[in-house]
Amino acid sequence: MQLTDSKDIKAAPETVWAAILNPEVLKECVPGCESLTGSVEEGFEAAVVQKVGPVKARFTGVVKLSDIEIGRAVRISGEGKGGPAGFAKGGAMVRLEAIEGGTRLSYEVEASVGGKIAQLGSRIIEGFAKKMADEFFTRFQEAVEGPEDDEPAAVEGEAEGGEVKKGWFKRLIGA
Amino acid sequence: MPKDDGIGASTKRREDIRFLTGKGRYTADINLRDQAIAVFVRSEVAHGRINSIDTAAAAAMPGVLAIMTGADFASVGGNPAGWYVASRDGATMKEPKRPVLAHGKVRHVGDAYAVVVAETLEQAKDAAAAIEADITELPAIVNMADAVANADNRVHDEIENNVCFDWGWIEDNRAAVDAAFASAPHVTTLELVNNRLVPNAMEPRASIGDYDPGTQDYKLYTTSQNPHLTRLLIAAFVLGIPENKLTVIAPDVGGGFGSKIYHYGEEAAVLAASKALNRPVKWVAERSESFLSDAHGRDHVTKIQLALEKDGTFLALRTETMANVGAYLSNFATVTPTFLHGTLMAGPYKTPLVYVNVKAVFTNTAPVDAYRGAGRPEATFSIERVVDMAADELEIDKVEIRRKNLIGADQFPYTTPVGLVYDIGNYQATLDKLIELGDLAGFEKRASESKARGKLRGLGLSTWIEACGIAPSALVGALGARVGLFDAATVRVNATGSISVMTGAHSHGQGHETVFAQVVAERLGIPATSIDIVHGDTSKIPFGMGSYGSRSLAVAGSAMVKAVDKIIAKGKKIAAHMLEASENDIVFEDGKFSVTGTDKAKTFGEIAFSAYVPHNYPLETLEPGLEESAFYDPANFTYPAGAYACEVEVDAETGQVTVASFTCADDFGNVMNPMIVEGQVHGGVGQGIGQALLENTSYDENGQLLTASYMDYAMPRTTDVPFYTVDHSCVTACTHNPLGVKGCGEAGAIGSPPAVVNAVVDALQRGGYTHVKHIDMPVSPSRVWSAING
Repeated sequence: MQLTDSKDIKAAPETVWAAILNPEVLKECVPGCESLTGSVEEGFEAAVVQKVGPVKARFTGVVKLSDIEIGRAVRISGEGKGGPAGFAKGGAMVRLEAIEGGTRLSYEVEASVGGKIAQLGSRIIEGFAKKMADEFFTRFQEAVEGPEDDEPAAVEGEAEGGEVKKGWFKRLIGA
Repeated sequence: MPKDDGIGASTKRREDIRFLTGKGRYTADINLRDQAIAVFVRSEVAHGRINSIDTAAAAAMPGVLAIMTGADFASVGGNPAGWYVASRDGATMKEPKRPVLAHGKVRHVGDAYAVVVAETLEQAKDAAAAIEADITELPAIVNMADAVANADNRVHDEIENNVCFDWGWIEDNRAAVDAAFASAPHVTTLELVNNRLVPNAMEPRASIGDYDPGTQDYKLYTTSQNPHLTRLLIAAFVLGIPENKLTVIAPDVGGGFGSKIYHYGEEAAVLAASKALNRPVKWVAERSESFLSDAHGRDHVTKIQLALEKDGTFLALRTETMANVGAYLSNFATVTPTFLHGTLMAGPYKTPLVYVNVKAVFTNTAPVDAYRGAGRPEATFSIERVVDMAADELEIDKVEIRRKNLIGADQFPYTTPVGLVYDIGNYQATLDKLIELGDLAGFEKRASESKARGKLRGLGLSTWIEACGIAPSALVGALGARVGLFDAATVRVNATGSISVMTGAHSHGQGHETVFAQVVAERLGIPATSIDIVHGDTSKIPFGMGSYGSRSLAVAGSAMVKAVDKIIAKGKKIAAHMLEASENDIVFEDGKFSVTGTDKAKTFGEIAFSAYVPHNYPLETLEPGLEESAFYDPANFTYPAGAYACEVEVDAETGQVTVASFTCADDFGNVMNPMIVEGQVHGGVGQGIGQALLENTSYDENGQLLTASYMDYAMPRTTDVPFYTVDHSCVTACTHNPLGVKGCGEAGAIGSPPAVVNAVVDALQRGGYTHVKHIDMPVSPSRVWSAING
């Protein structure tokens, strides 16, 4: 199962890149993530609770970042075991490119499942993976730039002291 | 008119009283004192190397009694293949060991590598979830063409190209067949897939191992179609338990369709666990486990070619098939796509030259073996589809092309070019009966009515033959069988005249308890109600080979008749003694032994009583007792045949196919119970329609089974099948068994799939979609719609 999509983020590529490498961001953005510990270099241990069709399970496993091209591309891959529910694994190749007013983040996601999830939930796996990817990158976008706003979003630097909501990540790093 | 309960009567099935009132006693219903529960841990990956299995945490959990892994069974034997099939170049068949539990590698999703035994099911399940297996996932081999092409990726490390054998039949005919094709005026070529099916018996598999430390006897209660064969396999090949120390009991069994012929590792595991714990150990499969681990059926990819004269006369036929055997060889996986398939490729036709090539291929999928029809549905589908396609290409009427090529009623016994001798048949008669019964003449009128409702109507035919009554031991032995295929019966007349018949056949839905009693009742002239049929317990029944291949009546029934004949012969001796007459003057009729030409007679009951109260027997010439056994080995297969017509309506906008009618004109030889025969045909055709329209087993590229529940695997429901019109009045009695019977259990599933697909293609052609030449099964709405929209 593979899918590709992209998001335009109103933040500079360096900001986006920093967010990708930040475990706190990963933890917030992975839907259902209960814990995530570790480092970019060593990889992360994660626990994620998800419901795939009729099967709800707590997946434990590892998340790794690889194929890193600093500031431009990274592969985020993960593999989790859900006990009797089976396993899920997948990854996203993420690429960043500077565009006017921000960064275009494009991603190719691939996912596969095994065991009971595959046997009982195969009909909905594709939809599920798409939803997971959408949710992950939407959360990521929100974390970096703040939620969608009716006002035209402020370009970075203009927001000082203004009403424009900042993404929590930007508040965190004070950008 | 037949008597109410004799041969030919539609006696209601006596077993249904218990089945329909919840009084059946299936393996899962049996609970032994102090039993523990087993849960199997199954692979989630299709192909992987087992590095280690950590059972420590699981073993410490509450209620856990034992955990066994593949390593615990490494030193016992494997579950063998029951039939040797050599390659056409003489190479030996590749037979990888099939262990009780996977060891070293896991080879399909659902491959069991450990078993947990605990006090309760919940405790066993919890502990199973705590087992940590370190398995390195390997690339899955799912597609047969890839399996053969990729020499480096192997299901079994020692088997190159994943090929079990590459079989040619008959090799000596190959050159002549090729020559006929080279010079043929017309050749029709069709590539097709015979879709993989999950058997889906209503009762999932279940086994209870019960070791008695006092006597050192083992007992296995299990869902089997052939308890003696299971006992033999466990004793002689797998666990080495002496046969006399192992009793196998297959109590009520809720359907098998082939999937319960085979011995499975779970049976050996519960026996071993019971011995280890000195407690009974019970396992009942969940439905998901059945999907993953029961032997599947069919799964052929075939190229078939038919060479013809321009007038439609068949000249030669050849096929190339890849048959999936899955990850391990199930007991009859090698014979199903070969000697039960290739030998049927002449069909009911006079085709003078036939050559069949079958490659059996290992893949990382569940084992594939015989499933209702076993090889003959695959043969029939290929033949009947290519015949229809040839008729289209040559613009010949589909009835006429068949009639022209059917073997004539005066040509029997008929020797086919693929090694069988059809003893008797009348294929024109069943075709004529079909034309009349199905009102084929009225089809055009019905087609216009359908058209008025916006539907495309199609008519599909299938003239089929099969070989069943499996099987003559001498013949199958010469072809590579490692078993005999006789059957056996013991008839015990009790002192009060009631009778127990112990049969080697096994009833798992067929109605043997009723039909066998009818046969014995008729022969002995006593009421069927005083006859009981005993089956399924190796400690009670003689060594018989069980039920499959539509063999029960033709083979086990014949053994029963032989035993009854011995009872009559013994009865005559007793009557001669009692009536002070010569044995040669005693006649047996209507349940009475009488002295010919006199009114001196003894009833069957009097003879029985005398046999057990032999106060004045001349013991040197007359033994007490009235009990006889017989073994029967058939002289040939039996060859049921018939003609089927299916009418469908296709909604060209949605691709939805509705079966409007289905008509069957069968020749099953003599019919013992027409109601049961009709029921068997209904069930078989229902399964055939299921295969043709609905059922498909789908593995993804990683070898994950995607159709592993009834949400994804479409079983036929009542609304998917029509009211059937069934006839079996065209009788040519089998020439070589005493009842003249042929077998009807698989016919419907063999003859029906091509009739359905032929009807769909016919509907589309008539509707103007002439580009549609073939649609693979299941002919789902999306496939039909895609075919229409090209």
